[in-house]
Amino acid sequence: MSARRGRLGLDAVSLLFGLGSFTLVGCGSSSRDERTTLRFWAMGREGEVVQELVPAFEAENPDIRVVVQQVPWTAAHEKMLTAHVGRSTPDAAQLGNTWVAEFAALRALESLEPWLATSTVVAPDRYFSGIWDTNVIDGAPYGVPWYVDTRVLFYRKDILARAGYETMPETWPEWREAMRAVKAVAGPGNFAILLPSNEWTQPVIFGLQAGSPLLSDNWTRGAFSEPEFRDAFHFYIELFREGLAPPYRNNEVANLYQEFGRGAFSMYITGPWNLGEFRRRLPPELQDSWATAPLPGPDAAHPGVSLAGGSSLVIFEHSKHKPEAWRLIEYLSRPEIQLRFLALTGDLPARAEAWSDSALTRDPHLLAFRRQLERVVATPKIPEWEMIAIELQNRAEAVVRGVTPADSALTSLDRYVDRALEKRRWLVERKRTTAEAAAP
Amino acid sequence: MKSTTERQQSRTAWLFLAPALGLITVFFFLPVVGGLLLSLTDFDIYAIGSPDTARFVGLANYAHLLSDPLFWQSLKVTFTNVLLGAPLSVLVSLGAALLVSSRLVRYPAVFRSIFFAPVVTTLVAVAIVWRYLYHPRYGLIDHALAQIGIAPIDWLGDPNWAMPAIILMAVWKNFGYNMIIFVAGLQAIPEELYEAARVDGAGAWQRFRHVTLPSLGPTLLFVAVMTMIGNFQLFSEPYVMTQGGPVRATTSLVLLMYEEGFRWWRLGHAAALAFVLFLITLAGTMIQLRLQRERT
Repeated sequence: MSARRGRLGLDAVSLLFGLGSFTLVGCGSSSRDERTTLRFWAMGREGEVVQELVPAFEAENPDIRVVVQQVPWTAAHEKMLTAHVGRSTPDAAQLGNTWVAEFAALRALESLEPWLATSTVVAPDRYFSGIWDTNVIDGAPYGVPWYVDTRVLFYRKDILARAGYETMPETWPEWREAMRAVKAVAGPGNFAILLPSNEWTQPVIFGLQAGSPLLSDNWTRGAFSEPEFRDAFHFYIELFREGLAPPYRNNEVANLYQEFGRGAFSMYITGPWNLGEFRRRLPPELQDSWATAPLPGPDAAHPGVSLAGGSSLVIFEHSKHKPEAWRLIEYLSRPEIQLRFLALTGDLPARAEAWSDSALTRDPHLLAFRRQLERVVATPKIPEWEMIAIELQNRAEAVVRGVTPADSALTSLDRYVDRALEKRRWLVERKRTTAEAAAP
Repeated sequence: MKSTTERQQSRTAWLFLAPALGLITVFFFLPVVGGLLLSLTDFDIYAIGSPDTARFVGLANYAHLLSDPLFWQSLKVTFTNVLLGAPLSVLVSLGAALLVSSRLVRYPAVFRSIFFAPVVTTLVAVAIVWRYLYHPRYGLIDHALAQIGIAPIDWLGDPNWAMPAIILMAVWKNFGYNMIIFVAGLQAIPEELYEAARVDGAGAWQRFRHVTLPSLGPTLLFVAVMTMIGNFQLFSEPYVMTQGGPVRATTSLVLLMYEEGFRWWRLGHAAALAFVLFLITLAGTMIQLRLQRERT
């Protein structure tokens, strides 16, 4: 017990010292420069690369100095939330577009409506509509799409050809046939497709393809046990039952690229971040043997949709330099800057017009992304979504592993979701009654 | 009627105590009371945005916990860790302490340092190495098992094996600390007791049973209570190794609390969980103290 108390005291002392030195540093750096200091947070590789785009912006805007802080993806969410609660958010930041709803609910973000009204650079119709839509919460835009991360099918052309398929089928029944054929020629111990059992993205994509809204009643109740999602979920589970997909979690595949090269699986649903990896990590002799295709859909009438992933640029509510922050966002949104960004990172531009550039049209692997981007759907834009998705993932994994039957997993998921969204139902109801009371 | 000196003395005493008491109040008692109040509300992410959406919900958070299968699952995981992990940890530390204290060992200090090394090693580094060890395809452990004809076990991927794997790693990581305490306890036992026992014809086991164990009593109690409390707070090992998976097989109470509180920002829920954990730990400690008192 005494050791514990000692530690408590020490923590307090170090905390005080920490705060002291922090304020000292803060005073030192800000008093020297005449220019407005704009704090911009960006994640991972983007945070590294965006620094190279800053000098040109500063040259155009001599009154602004941009300080880019690089935040690792794994810590980003927590760091931003703590920053908001501690009122120390940056002026602008890159934000995963599935986080926009959450930060809007926290009232951490500035609505971009007034800024868009006067802008000549940024306008909704210049973007892929599914991608733009992810940033619109309750009718108001809170982010400008920066780059897109939708998922398509990466596959082994050579193995598919051996199985008798020249192109990737576009409907589920044909696709499943193709998987069976691939499984037959792939050799013992190998599979047709890798669907990591601890990722929610695959069952969610299949559900969206089948037309499930995922959540119903203004996103206040679960719709997972309704026919659309249930059919899609059965399709997903059957792929494991038939032995077309191995029940592996993604960390059980020691080296994805090696296994793909070896033919351990011939198809994999993933995003643009893997384009560079496949080029780099697959051996040269396999470089002509892989291709990408848009995701198949349930039938010819319903082409396969995919997730509208990506990152957006946002302005924080507490920022004191909103006009300057908006200038930075406009700069980063220009088509030519988007193309430079593509060259630096490989991140796909969110602006539709940038896609007519030869840098994008000459790459055959990107064609599938171009087509897929016309058909992307946002997941429910509520702060609880990720929690629900993780819960779906846990239940789906239990079904894949044979612990629970599929239908009871979905029913219990809906029960869980209904309870988790009780607060949201109350808020929606309260908003409705106050609106009614206000109306004469 | 107190004299002036006495009153002055007590005033000085309070003055000296004030900084410590102040710190404890600010950093310990206030947060505890705050936590208790928080557990009676549905404070969540919406309430961080606009505090007027927080509602007083009475004991609803606690009622919710009792009906939540995930809570019972995490309780099961936590108790598995306490009932399997804690005794195993104490036994291994005691064994190691006896080993490094015995005269058979040539360089006891070297072994003490080796056994203590995992305690001061960064958990994340340890977790990376153990993930390799546990790997079903390339792992050393399954490789060794294959030599004696046991089929590879998917340690961290199989819901039945994930918790034993975590316990094993946690025991290996932590036993050195208790070992040092046991070594100190063993050194405090007078050599004459062993001599007397030997003269009476007691064998090694009898000497251990009738001299070592009774003399270690208080040390054993201290170690048992501290280990139990520590094991109730299982968090970092599953957090780095499995993130609570597979199929929630390694989601401990504290991990669940962390997820609820700092991932989903359901702070009311998380606070209720914290209080439940506090009550369970308190009950566990009381039982152990009672058992010890009855024995003596």
